[in-house]
Amino acid sequence: MTLELRGVSKEVAGQAWTHPTDLVLAPGSMNVLLGPTLSGKTTLMRLMAGLDQPTAGRILWQGRDVTGQRVQDRGVAMVYQQFINYPSMTVYDNIASPLRLQRVARAEIDRRVRETAAMMRLTPFLDRRPLELSGGQQQRTALARALVKGAGLVLLDEPLANLDYKLREELRAEIPRIFEASGAIFVYATTEPEEALLLGGNTATLWEGRVTQFGPTPQVYRAPQDAVTARVFSDPPMNFKPVVVTGGEAALDDARWPVDVPDGPYTAGFRAAHLTLDQTPRAIPLAARLDATEITGAETYLHLLHGQDRWVGLVPGVRRLAQGPLTVWLDPAHVYLFDQCGRLARAAPYARAA
Amino acid sequence: MARITLDNLAHSYSPAPKGDADWALKPMSLTWRDGGAYALLGSSGCGKTTLLNIISGLLHPSRGQVLFGDRDVTTLPTADRNIAQVFQFPVVYDTMTVRQNLAFPLKNRGLPADRIAARVASVARMIGMEDRLDRRARGLTADAKQKISLGRGMVRQDVNAILFDEPLTVIDPQMKWELRTQLKALHREFGHTMIYVTHDQTEALTFADEVVVMSEGRVVQAGTPQSLFDAPAHTFVGYFIGSPGMNLLDAQIAGATAFVDGTAIPLAAPYAPSAGRVQIGIRPDAVRPATEGLPFHLVRVEDVGHHRILRGEVAGTPFNVVVPEGEPIPAGFDRIALDPARIGVFVDDWRIEPRERAA
Amino acid sequence: MMDKPVNNRAWFLVLPVLIVVAFSAVIPLMTVVNYSVQDTFGNNQFFWNGLGWFQEVLESDRIHAALGRQLLFSAIILAIEIPLGIFIALNMPKRGFWASLVLVLMALPLLIPWNVVGTIWQVFGRVDIGLLGHTLAAMGFDYNYVNDPVDAWATIIVMDVWHWTSLVALLCYAGLQSIPDAYYQAARIDQASRWGVFRYIELPKMGGVLLIAVLLRFMDSFMIYTEPFVVTGGGPGNATTFLSIDLVKMAIGQFDLGPAAAFSLIYFLVILLISWVFYTVMTAQRETP
Repeated sequence: MTLELRGVSKEVAGQAWTHPTDLVLAPGSMNVLLGPTLSGKTTLMRLMAGLDQPTAGRILWQGRDVTGQRVQDRGVAMVYQQFINYPSMTVYDNIASPLRLQRVARAEIDRRVRETAAMMRLTPFLDRRPLELSGGQQQRTALARALVKGAGLVLLDEPLANLDYKLREELRAEIPRIFEASGAIFVYATTEPEEALLLGGNTATLWEGRVTQFGPTPQVYRAPQDAVTARVFSDPPMNFKPVVVTGGEAALDDARWPVDVPDGPYTAGFRAAHLTLDQTPRAIPLAARLDATEITGAETYLHLLHGQDRWVGLVPGVRRLAQGPLTVWLDPAHVYLFDQCGRLARAAPYARAA
Repeated sequence: MARITLDNLAHSYSPAPKGDADWALKPMSLTWRDGGAYALLGSSGCGKTTLLNIISGLLHPSRGQVLFGDRDVTTLPTADRNIAQVFQFPVVYDTMTVRQNLAFPLKNRGLPADRIAARVASVARMIGMEDRLDRRARGLTADAKQKISLGRGMVRQDVNAILFDEPLTVIDPQMKWELRTQLKALHREFGHTMIYVTHDQTEALTFADEVVVMSEGRVVQAGTPQSLFDAPAHTFVGYFIGSPGMNLLDAQIAGATAFVDGTAIPLAAPYAPSAGRVQIGIRPDAVRPATEGLPFHLVRVEDVGHHRILRGEVAGTPFNVVVPEGEPIPAGFDRIALDPARIGVFVDDWRIEPRERAA
Repeated sequence: MMDKPVNNRAWFLVLPVLIVVAFSAVIPLMTVVNYSVQDTFGNNQFFWNGLGWFQEVLESDRIHAALGRQLLFSAIILAIEIPLGIFIALNMPKRGFWASLVLVLMALPLLIPWNVVGTIWQVFGRVDIGLLGHTLAAMGFDYNYVNDPVDAWATIIVMDVWHWTSLVALLCYAGLQSIPDAYYQAARIDQASRWGVFRYIELPKMGGVLLIAVLLRFMDSFMIYTEPFVVTGGGPGNATTFLSIDLVKMAIGQFDLGPAAAFSLIYFLVILLISWVFYTVMTAQRETP
C-alpha cells in the first residue's frame, strides 16, 4: 500500500495553500509533517484524506488514481487535536462504532475491539463514557477508533497538542509501537521538532505551504537542504551568523577555518547544543554577551547576543553565569553554510561523517 | 510588591467535605519572597489552578489564610488585591488599539496622562510592539495578542504579584523561546513577584527560582530546579521532572549496596534498613552502557538530536538510558553501569537520606 | 484558519430550496412587476403604462406621510428595544434554575401569534373593560387610543416592545454566554468600571448577534401590519396607518392594483436598501483595523 501525491496543489481564493507537491509514502511507513502553525500541514492532510480536492495534480493509492473519490470510500482514519468521541457511548461502543458501520459480524467486532483496547491500554475503561476519562485516555479512545478499522492510511493531526506534557511524553513513546503493530501508513502532523525526532520514520518539513524537504528523519535533521528546513527542524531555534569566505577560509570573529566552497558571502548556521562553555580541541572562540540563563535542572540554556544576532546555547549541567560578556566555543565541524539564496552550500562535517 | 504567605491553606469545592478525596487542595503552608519567580507545576487536576484562583481572589479558601506582606487578604475581592494576571488564552480588548490596551489598567486607576504615556512606551519596548501601538488589537496573531496580555500585566509597577496561568499554551514552539526570554527580561527589569502555573516542566524549570510540584491536591516538593532534578523528595517528582523521567527499580538495600533482581549495585553511602517498599531511582543520563553490571534488554533507540534515548527493560521494568550525541553505543551491549553518586533511595515513594547524614 | 473545507457540490443540496423559492417568491414577484407597469379598466383588459404608477406612488403625499410614520415607528422601536434588550440580557441570571425559568418566561411573548397579541392589547387598553385603559382612566389620565393619536402610538409601541424585546434580549444573552470567564477576571484585575466591562468586553463580543437583532427588528417593524390593524385599524384618522396598512388599503380597499404593485415593489426595495446600509455600516465598523 503506497500513497503517492503527484504535483498536488491547492488554491483557495487565488491564494496558494499548498504549492505543487510530490510525495511518495511507502507502505507501512511513519511520516511526520513538521512545520509551524499555518504552514499547511492540515491542508496537506485533508488532501491526502480526500476531505478536500486538489486544485491540480493527482493522488494515487496503491497505484490507483483516487483523486476525487469520496472520503468514505477511501479507507482512511483521522485523529484530531481535539478529543473527538461520541460522548453518550461507552468506550467499547466508541471503538466498535466504525466496525458496526461496516457491518462486521458481532463476534469479530468484539474480538477486534478488545484487541485494540488492549493495545491502547484501555481495557479497564471499556464500560466508561469518554467524559469520565482523563484527556490522555480520551485521546487513546479516539486513536483506538481510528486504528480498529484497519485503515491503510492513518492521519494524525497534532494528536497530542491538547495533552499535558507528561501524558504527551508517554503517548509519544507509545505511538511508534502502536504504529508498528498496525502496519498502516501513518501521517503525523506536529509543530515540535523533538516530536518528529522521537517518532523517527520520515519527515517532511513544511513552510508556507511548501514541502521544503522529505526524507528519513535523522537525515533531514542533520543534513537540511536549506536554511528554512534547518530553522523549522531546530528547537531551540538554529543560530545564524553571516560569514565571508575568502581564500578557502571562513571567518567568524577573529577565527578562521578551512571550508571547501567558493569564496563569497554565506550564512553560517549551528544548533544550540553545539555551543560550549569550555574549549574543545578544534573549537573557535566567539565573543558574545549573555542576556539570560535558564536552568532546566539538568541543562542550562544560554540566551546570547552576538552583534545583532540572538543565539541560544544549550550546555549540560547547572551553570550560574553573570549577565555580560561571555566567550563561547564552537567546533567548526558543527557549522552549516548556506548560500545567499538560503540553499545549503556545505553541510556540517560532523553530519557528513555520521 | 509583597511577600506572599499561604498559611495552612486548604480548599474543598463541597460544602461539607468528608474524605481526603473531597479536598481539591490539601492543607499547605508556603512562603514566597518579594520579587521571586515561582512556578506551580503539575498535571491537570492536581490543584494548581485552584491554588492560583485562591491567590487571585477568584476563590475563597475553605481553611487557612493568604497574606500579602503582613496583610490578610483571604477574603478580599480580586480588584482590591492589586495583582495582575496573564491567562491561558490571550485576553485583549478587541476594540481598543494596542496602546489603549496597555494603558487601560493605569487609566482606570486615574494616573496622569504623561505618566501613563511613559509607562506604556517602556512596556511596549520591552514586548517589542512599539511599531504597532496604534493598531487595533482585533486581527493580531495569537502570539501578538498574548504579548499584549503580558504587557498589560507588567504595566503597573506597584502590583503585589503577577500570576501566569499556562500563558504559552497557544504559542508556537519557536515563538515560545522569544516570549520566555522576554518574560525573564521583564522579571529582571521590573522585579515583580511572579507566579507561573504550568504542566510543562521546561517552562516551569526555566522560569522559576523555585518550583512547587503538586500532585492530587498536595504539594509534593518545593525547591530549586536543580534540587528537584538531583534530589527528588518523592518518586512522583522523579518521574514528573526530567524527560524521560527518573528510572525506578524495586530493590533490597543492605548497607551501601542495593540488590536489584539479584544483581549487586554499589551506592555512594550506607542506608539504614527500613520497612516498606524500597526502590532505587536514577536519572537516564546517569546510566552508561557497559560490559558488566545490571542486565539490560534494549528495545529501541530514539535519536533526539543532541542525545539518544535507549528504551529497554531491567528486570521486566521499563528503563531508559540517555547517551549524548557523538558518543558511540557499543553493539549488542546487554549490561548497564549506574553512577553511585546519583542513585536515590525511596521507601514507600519518599526519598530517604543515607545513614550518616540522617543521624 | 486554513482548514475550512471547500466543497462546491454542496450547492446541489440547495437546489430544492431554490426551486421552492422560485415558485413561492420569484413568480409572485414577477406577477407584481407585471401589474406595476400596466393599467386596467376591468374586464381583464390591460394597457401598458410604463413607469407611470411608480411616478405616481413616488409623488404621492399620502405615501410620503405613511413612509414618514413608518420610519419614525421603526426608529422608536429600535431605540427602545435594542438598549432595553441588552439591559435585560445583562441582568439575566447566568446559570442554574433561575436562568432556565427566566429563559422560559422571556420566550413566552414570542410564542403568541401576531393577531392574538393585537387582540390582547386591543382589549387590555380599552377604557371601559381593559385592565390598562381602565386603570389609567381611574388614575385620572385622559387615555383613549381610539380617539387620541398619541395614545394610539403609545399603545402600539408598548405592545411591540412587550412582544419583541425578549427576542433582542435572548440573542444578546446568547452572545454574552459565549464570553469566557477570563475576560471578566481580567477586567476586575484591570479595575475596569461596570461601564468599562460593558463597553470593552460585552458590547464588542455581542456585536455579531446585535447586528442580527437590529436587522430582524428593523425589517419586522418596517413591515408591521397585523397588530396595529387589529388594535387601531390605522386610526385615529391616518395616525397609525403604516406602509403595509396603506398598501393593503390601496390594493384591497380601493382595488388600485397597478399603484399597489408599484408601491409594494418600492417598499421591497426600500427595505432591501436600508437593511443593506445597516449591514454594511455595522460590519465595516467591526472590521476596521
